[in-house]
Amino acid sequence: MGKLLEVNNLSISFTQYVQGLNRHDLKVISDLSIDIDESEIVAVLGSSGSGKSLLAHTILGILPYNAHVTGDVNFKGQILDQEKKEKIRGKEICLIPQSVNFLDPLMKVSQQAVGECKDDNERKEKEKRQREVFAKYGLDESVDDLYPFELSGGMARKVLLSTALLNDPDLLIADEPTPGLDAKSVEETIQDIRSLKEHGKGVLLITHEIDVALRTADRIAIFYSGYVIEINKVENFLNSENLLHPYTKALVDALPKNGFKLTEGVQPLEDVPGCPYYENCPIRLDKCQNNKPELIEHDGIMIRCFNFKETGSEEVVSEETGSEDVVSEEVVSEETGSEDVVSEEDNNEEEINDEA
Amino acid sequence: MMKLKAENISFSYNKKRPILKDISLSLESNQIIGLIGDSGSGKSTLCKIMAGYITNFTGDVTIDGKEISRNGFDPVQLIFQHPEKTMNPKWKMEKVLRESWIPPQDLKDTFGLKDNWLTRWPSELSGGELQRFSILRALNPQTKFIIADEISTMLDAVTQVQIWEALIKHCRANDIGILAVSHDKDLLDVICDDILYFKELNHL
Repeated sequence: MGKLLEVNNLSISFTQYVQGLNRHDLKVISDLSIDIDESEIVAVLGSSGSGKSLLAHTILGILPYNAHVTGDVNFKGQILDQEKKEKIRGKEICLIPQSVNFLDPLMKVSQQAVGECKDDNERKEKEKRQREVFAKYGLDESVDDLYPFELSGGMARKVLLSTALLNDPDLLIADEPTPGLDAKSVEETIQDIRSLKEHGKGVLLITHEIDVALRTADRIAIFYSGYVIEINKVENFLNSENLLHPYTKALVDALPKNGFKLTEGVQPLEDVPGCPYYENCPIRLDKCQNNKPELIEHDGIMIRCFNFKETGSEEVVSEETGSEDVVSEEVVSEETGSEDVVSEEDNNEEEINDEA
Repeated sequence: MMKLKAENISFSYNKKRPILKDISLSLESNQIIGLIGDSGSGKSTLCKIMAGYITNFTGDVTIDGKEISRNGFDPVQLIFQHPEKTMNPKWKMEKVLRESWIPPQDLKDTFGLKDNWLTRWPSELSGGELQRFSILRALNPQTKFIIADEISTMLDAVTQVQIWEALIKHCRANDIGILAVSHDKDLLDVICDDILYFKELNHL
């Protein structure tokens, strides 16, 4: 059984004109691979402007005309080309857009949710379904005849969510569904996304809020400067020591409730020859400056870093690189080893204090 | 030390539906006060009133008991959630910054501002990079109070720490008060001296 959605080696660049007729290719996503199973929620986590929304727009085929895309998108084992994307979007794959500005300001919300219909029979059926879905999300009949400007932010979000679910899609793409919502509405959205999973749907959740990702997703992919640098199971995010990439660790430690730890450094503006995190990396090697690490599997975790060696199904790693990597791994494990000792000492001290 | 005071503020966009009623709060220049509330409850409207963007309200906004002069540089500066919406898209970043003042190099370093960003257009930088400009722009030496309306909501956790650390460091050293508005209770717990609940302030 294949995956519900597979994205392989996707790269996106935009052609821009700078100063007259000089063209410039701006690379925004590089070598992105990700997959989603049925009944699975995968979160894509990254800073604003790192190109997360473009992934959603690629899957649905709504990128602007100057975008150049390489790599492929598979849905239920079939490669999606533009024609196919147009056929299944809104039916088998639906999008909750990032902004409530995606609603048509001149159209009543119920009409927008129903959308285009071939004949009266279809319209009646869809209207009935629309009423059901709206009711499920607590939008009563008076809401049907409102225009978007008459809705509060939370209601508008619910309209977007209901519209996306009206056609009972197999895959839902939720693009930043929560920022700017108060705690109660965030809670509701999280519940909605979870219930989709229970009904056997796949969900791609695009967000920059770690909390929301932690509470819904099965796996989390970390985006940095247009690259996926780590895909890890959600349990490992509870303790930053279980995470591999230094940026992922920094991200988790920077949460207010995890210590609000400061990490210096900003993303590079343009594509660099080596690892995108080279400039800020605490465990960088000499080769990281001019060589790009590939996304590899290490103990079931996908990681893009030279400090980790490929393991898993393909055990055959060439001898030379193998030995090099072993050395670097030993260094890492020694470091973590000594940290462990320190923390044990701390524990001992605490125990002593407790006894005292 | 100075004191920014809002007294009995009431306001409505639509006569039938008042949004703020008899809100009073005060902020001293050595304080960081958090303000938390539901979406759509009127937090941003209050921010705009205190920073002088909305003038047809009832009530008083004063610094040390004196009405704030809205001519020239306003000592109460508002920083918005979406920096890209507060910058002229046809100005390069250097001009955007210079509209307010030319900050010294060490302050630029504190905020991690790279020199090659200055020659870029706003559309070429990410939200986190633009927000650094919009904060630095508000830190003109004449600024006495900063109202930060969800300034880190759209940023990743690492950038959020960087921006708040730099802003708080500068404000503590220069006796500038901060009113931090956010949904994120965890964040306000870490950065603020005290937290106010909008629901309790608003007498609707």
